[in-house]
Amino acid sequence: MAQIFHRSTNFIARFSLFAAILAAGLAGLVIYATPRSPYKTNQNVVREQPIQFSHKHHVGDDGIDCRYCHTGVETSAFAGIPPTKTCMNCHSVLFKDAAYLEPVRESYRSGKPLQWSRVHRLPDFVYFNHSIHVNKGVGCSSCHGPVNQMALMWQSSTLLMSWCLDCHRNPGQVLREKKDVVNMDWKAPANQAEIGRALAAQYKIRTTAELTSCSTCHR
Amino acid sequence: MSATNDTSSLRRVAPVVEPGHTFGTVTEKISSIVLSRPAGAGWFFGISIAFGLVMMLGMCVAYLIARGTGIWGLNIPVAWGFAIVNFVWWIGIGHAGTLISAILLLLNQKWRTSINRFAEAMTLFAVACAGLFPLIHTGRPWYAAYFMMPYPNTMGIWPQFRSPLIWDVFAVSTYFTVSLLFWFVGLLPDLATLRDRATSRPQQMIYGLLAMGWRGSARHWHRYQMAYLLLAGLATPLVVSVHTVVSFDFAVAVVPGWHTTIFPPYFVAGAIYSGFAMVVTLAIPLRKFYGLEDFITMRHLENMAKVMLATGLIVAYGYCMEFFMAFYSGNKYDSFLAMNRMHGPYAAFYWALILCNIVIPQLLWLHRARTNVALLFVMSLVINVGMWLERFVIVVMSLHRDFMPSAWGNYRPTIWDVGTFAGTIGLFVMLIFLFVRTLPAISIAEMRELVAHTSEEQK
Repeated sequence: MAQIFHRSTNFIARFSLFAAILAAGLAGLVIYATPRSPYKTNQNVVREQPIQFSHKHHVGDDGIDCRYCHTGVETSAFAGIPPTKTCMNCHSVLFKDAAYLEPVRESYRSGKPLQWSRVHRLPDFVYFNHSIHVNKGVGCSSCHGPVNQMALMWQSSTLLMSWCLDCHRNPGQVLREKKDVVNMDWKAPANQAEIGRALAAQYKIRTTAELTSCSTCHR
Repeated sequence: MSATNDTSSLRRVAPVVEPGHTFGTVTEKISSIVLSRPAGAGWFFGISIAFGLVMMLGMCVAYLIARGTGIWGLNIPVAWGFAIVNFVWWIGIGHAGTLISAILLLLNQKWRTSINRFAEAMTLFAVACAGLFPLIHTGRPWYAAYFMMPYPNTMGIWPQFRSPLIWDVFAVSTYFTVSLLFWFVGLLPDLATLRDRATSRPQQMIYGLLAMGWRGSARHWHRYQMAYLLLAGLATPLVVSVHTVVSFDFAVAVVPGWHTTIFPPYFVAGAIYSGFAMVVTLAIPLRKFYGLEDFITMRHLENMAKVMLATGLIVAYGYCMEFFMAFYSGNKYDSFLAMNRMHGPYAAFYWALILCNIVIPQLLWLHRARTNVALLFVMSLVINVGMWLERFVIVVMSLHRDFMPSAWGNYRPTIWDVGTFAGTIGLFVMLIFLFVRTLPAISIAEMRELVAHTSEEQK
């Protein structure tokens, strides 16, 4: 009886075993990496804005406090986007004829707010509150990164749920003194573990079980 | 065989394979169904109906995904309806395949040989139908893996390992994998037979690829038998474990009617009961239409009838114990449930269940009933209906009247519930039809072995 398959089939059969393992591994890698990549998370993606507002200039060079514009951060869930009036506090005097600030002046004249594009977007099913974090010693830069160096704003964290839980499972690693909360240059000291424990006790931060309970963030 | 010879003066026991067969006739008879016999109008008629039902299944699932589970009859308090009922029913049916292929193999029961192949195929198809329901029951199938599979996800959390629902994922997927392997390993020598007997190039290629280079050398056979036995050993605990875990889905909850320790054994017995009923449902038309009465003899049908009788009695014992414990425990919710089953809004389902699962199968005590093929076929259908009703009674009747009367409600399946269920029956039938025409429905290699043994014994 004639052979059905050429003798090279033996090699192909064995090779396909390795190829299958390799393909499965590659597929696994793609599945693992895609949801963590900036493609899905928008991490490190610099956002174009209607006005090229520079946090680097305002925070880094001028030293304006975060709370001067984001007034709600200590008292409400939302940190707050400043109204055009806040801009005009200074820009009615400084750079008052600069062409690139015309949209600000136009907004001030017409009373129509500037439409910024949102950089940090959490899903609707997440309940997030800025005030509780800020008042319990979580600094701005812990989540938002070195804003004082960002000419245009970008999202410096993944905002994945696992990223939230990293802190909620071990809040001590980021806790600071109250005075350092808005300090953009804060670095965790060598004895952060010890300080974190003390601060957690001082701020009366709840147990990990409470911090990681579903309904803490999904209400 | 001496034991059967002794009783032959009382009653002739049918042989496991009719005498007069040789290796050649066995091979010819079984492989011709696949290779040379034309499909016939009956086959096309059957598969077109089944295919129509599959199309309906596709429509039901598509509409479910578009609109969500609101199209089903589910609501609080009956949040588990047809999807779970059908899941448990299908997965139970699958159990006969593994029992026949693994446990009866290890127990050296020769009568398993001619029914194990299609019983295993039936297992795979039934588990496939069963698996569809957990996948779609949220209306968002893409979440099934997302919520249930333990993998390093971006949420930084794992599924709840203390929940029986996650054990279910492992139990069912292990079961499917082992059953598939067992079936495929068993098929290897037969695939090689088909490859060698095939006349057209595509058939040679396809069966040749599937046969994975089987040449039938002594070494091949040695390894084959070792692998087959090992897989049988692996599959044996699965016969018991899968439906035990499925029963935990209920037994671990505190709902009256679910929270009972008798559930695991009684679920396993029920699974084997319904599984054998389905094997009989398939075996009788198969042997008739393809003239396989020589291989699937009255001995097989009678033995399966006996298994159905035995497991049916265990199931009946389970019902009695549930009823007894409801009153013996003094728990008012349990005793209310027992009364509600008999007199509540779904009492008709309960009494139909008792009729189908306990009363009618008592006919199987009679030798005349066990050897009456038409009656046996009807009986197997009745038991399948009864086992479906059992799951309906457990799921719906336990939920619709729980602790607080203010939380009571009724359940009524919609046309989409019924359509999805009928669709899976169509899928099952279609797969069986395709299987019968593309793979040997009876194991050729094992039948040859059986013919060799029986002809030796006759000498």
